[in-house]
Amino acid sequence: MTTSDMSTSGLDDNPIEVRISLDMVKRGIYVTPLLIAVAAMPWGGPGALSAAFALGLVFVNFLLAAALVSGAAKISTALVMAATLFGYLIRLGLILVAFLLVRDASWISRPALGATIIVSHIGLLVWELKYVAISLAHAGLKPARP
Amino acid sequence: MEAFTILAQEADKAAAAASSAGFAYGLAAIGPGIGIGYLVGKSVEAMARQPEAAGMVRTTMFLGIAFTEALALIGFVVFILIGL
Repeated sequence: MTTSDMSTSGLDDNPIEVRISLDMVKRGIYVTPLLIAVAAMPWGGPGALSAAFALGLVFVNFLLAAALVSGAAKISTALVMAATLFGYLIRLGLILVAFLLVRDASWISRPALGATIIVSHIGLLVWELKYVAISLAHAGLKPARP
Repeated sequence: MEAFTILAQEADKAAAAASSAGFAYGLAAIGPGIGIGYLVGKSVEAMARQPEAAGMVRTTMFLGIAFTEALALIGFVVFILIGL
């Protein structure tokens, strides 16, 4: 992502939130095998499956957030506020429901699920932030893709 | 009789764990809720003042929202580890 990508031109056709989310999901897919392998080491098969489930939750959460914010921004700036706050509640509720649906499954390892959610969410954000920060600091330069 | 007492104690413990977990999750969601409200409010203000910078504002706003939400997710992880 470069500074020119962050200009207002073409925001409605290709919303910036969707581009950021897709970037993060793409990077997340690259590291998915690694995270699953790491979770499988201490927690075994349930750990691997729980890590995959957690990664799915994180990806859906990012994409849903982007869709809500960009959809609201197309209508009006004021709606962004409502969409963000209600979107936050809706997404937390969806994560809770997703967890409650699988909590008694034999393949769920709670520590693996929790650890993967935290590590992948924060890790992917920091990774994306690195590219956004470079773009803002050095306008016109396009950082190399991972 | 003793078995009933033990069962009642276990049920109490489970209920306490469930309510603590719910309390932790609820508490953890309050802070990020306030943070996101403040963040988006300021971003909307910035976009209204300087519409040409909307792309940059929305980029940093979206990343800010995701970082703030990480706090709520930490609360969620505590919730799934403690109980239910």
